[in-house]
Amino acid sequence: MTLDEILASMFPDGHDVRNDSGLLYGLGTLRHGGRALVIGVANRSALGVDEAIRLSGYVLASIEKGSGPILVVVDSDSQRMSKRDELLGLSEFLAHLAKSLIYADMHGRPTIGLLYGRSAAGAFLATALATRVLVGLPGADPAVMDLPSMAKVTKLSIEVLKQKARSTPVFAPGLRNLAQTGAVHITWDERVPLVDQLQSLLANMPNARDRRDALGKERGGRLKAHDIAERVRGLALQTQ
Amino acid sequence: MSAHTQTAKFLAGRDRAASWYEASARKRVGLLVDDGSFFEFIGPEMREVSPHLQVFDLPEQFDDGIIIGRGRLDGSPVFVAAQEGRFMGGAFGEVHGAKLTGLLHAARDIKSMPVLILFDTGGVRLQEANAGELAIAEIMRAVIEARTAGVKVIGLIGGHSGCYGGGGLIAGCCSALVVSEQGRIAVSGPEVIETNRGVEEFDSRDHALVWRTMGGKHRRLIGGAEVFVDDTVQAFREAALELVRSTGGFGIDTLKAEQSRLEDRLQRFGTCRDAVEIWTAEGIPDAASIPELPADQFIPLADKVWRTGRDAR
Amino acid sequence: MEDLTFRHRVRQRAGGAKNIAITGVVASGNLEVLVERTLPDAECLLEIKTAAHGFGDVWNAVIADFVERYSPGGLKFSINDGGARPDTVSLRLAQAVRLMEEDDQ
Repeated sequence: MTLDEILASMFPDGHDVRNDSGLLYGLGTLRHGGRALVIGVANRSALGVDEAIRLSGYVLASIEKGSGPILVVVDSDSQRMSKRDELLGLSEFLAHLAKSLIYADMHGRPTIGLLYGRSAAGAFLATALATRVLVGLPGADPAVMDLPSMAKVTKLSIEVLKQKARSTPVFAPGLRNLAQTGAVHITWDERVPLVDQLQSLLANMPNARDRRDALGKERGGRLKAHDIAERVRGLALQTQ
Repeated sequence: MSAHTQTAKFLAGRDRAASWYEASARKRVGLLVDDGSFFEFIGPEMREVSPHLQVFDLPEQFDDGIIIGRGRLDGSPVFVAAQEGRFMGGAFGEVHGAKLTGLLHAARDIKSMPVLILFDTGGVRLQEANAGELAIAEIMRAVIEARTAGVKVIGLIGGHSGCYGGGGLIAGCCSALVVSEQGRIAVSGPEVIETNRGVEEFDSRDHALVWRTMGGKHRRLIGGAEVFVDDTVQAFREAALELVRSTGGFGIDTLKAEQSRLEDRLQRFGTCRDAVEIWTAEGIPDAASIPELPADQFIPLADKVWRTGRDAR
Repeated sequence: MEDLTFRHRVRQRAGGAKNIAITGVVASGNLEVLVERTLPDAECLLEIKTAAHGFGDVWNAVIADFVERYSPGGLKFSINDGGARPDTVSLRLAQAVRLMEEDDQ
């Protein structure tokens, strides 16, 4: 599905989402009334300081004046890799975007990520992974790092990495691995109107506690994370 | 230094004048908190190693490269997490990350104990990339939940691996940061920028360039960190104490202030091509001499230029 | 990874009151040694996981020397090795024993 098809299928009652050089912003009318804020990244664009500051601005303005869910629609590259972005403190800009989304989610504005293309590394963390529920569309292509780069850094061949990836979902890119480890909650069916699936999700939103580690354990993708975190929390609470 | 001298210093060193950079994570924690006050959660004797390294024929570490627990800072209870930057580059793996997530969840629930995070990380551990990235996302959320509950989360940065990748994003979620000369904070590392964009964009072997762009002094001067300290445990300890006392709360006003702060930064420095241009624009005389300035001269100079308000970040 | 195990009978118990200690870091050319006082006084055990294959004889010699010098009775040493040289191994083992010999808990 193209971005236009996705937006049309999610908001048959109308939307005014614009793509401004790869940055998405607008409002979509929901089936049972009310509107969702839609922000995001399109066209596999990189996420740098200039983009991140605009997106966080949209979120904060909506927290002030808006209501309803916030959809973060993503087809991005990784963070922008440039001297300028690092010089200006890219980590703070990306963190600020994530903070804004997390704050919104904790204060009555449930956030839903919709991954329809790629996302990687720092861009992934600041957008799709900063939402309460992350939905994948078939064809989405999330990656922490692409295999060729991983091969270069680990000094293993791509063939060797692919072979190891057959026995574990824990490192290789792809929607299935990110679902099994608990990052992607649901994958939507593009043969069913997205508005129906969105409505169903909104009617059944989990609460605002982060349960991705429990999901990863349930699905067999991350068997240790949930239990280790719970054990530590328990031990630390005995501190009282 | 010979191995035998190393032993002697190691065994003698209960001394907070010790170099933060040279110290292991375990030594940093032991010296940072009040003498003998550290109690570790899931210590190395529990042998909670990474389940993902054997398939790559890589050695494990019993604490999976992070030490977490509680201690006292000048008598007051604190939670502490310290990454070992020399094990797998201090990178976040499944178990490593989950230890910090659990600590932050406890801090959120208890509300009255600050968290000190001793960052020393290259980011995600590639051999467990998805688990590492998820851990970082969960930690970021846990930091914000803790801060919303009133907890101060203070980051300390000054180790071998710096604070890169997802570590840089977690640091950006903290209440405040302490950084030393050796500290670096960035999302993409120098080699990654060079590999992707070419040596003209960023020469990763130009150490002076790396430090001007991502290093402790630049981060202090541009507002990427609240406090710059000398490379000693004592200096980090004093800064942590000060920030725990003085750092403000977190809420919508903080976020709005942060939005303004970052917009201002882009407006003022968005067309600067190098750190020296930025420092000059900030009114620093002879900005090119900043990298050579020793800490005790740099700190008052930085304070004159810019004292961080505690209402943003 | 290669797993190696060495058991020795020794003349006396390692001194001190500590029950557990750790030293070192698993980095290239380095190793971590976790030591626990869990064995009978006249025994010691060393379990090693190493990334460097085929050095069993070298480990054997280093450990035999160490055991003879320090008589670490009652101690179990668990080692994760990142490819350390023999003198670094000796250093860490000595550090580990000295940490156990400290009187405070």
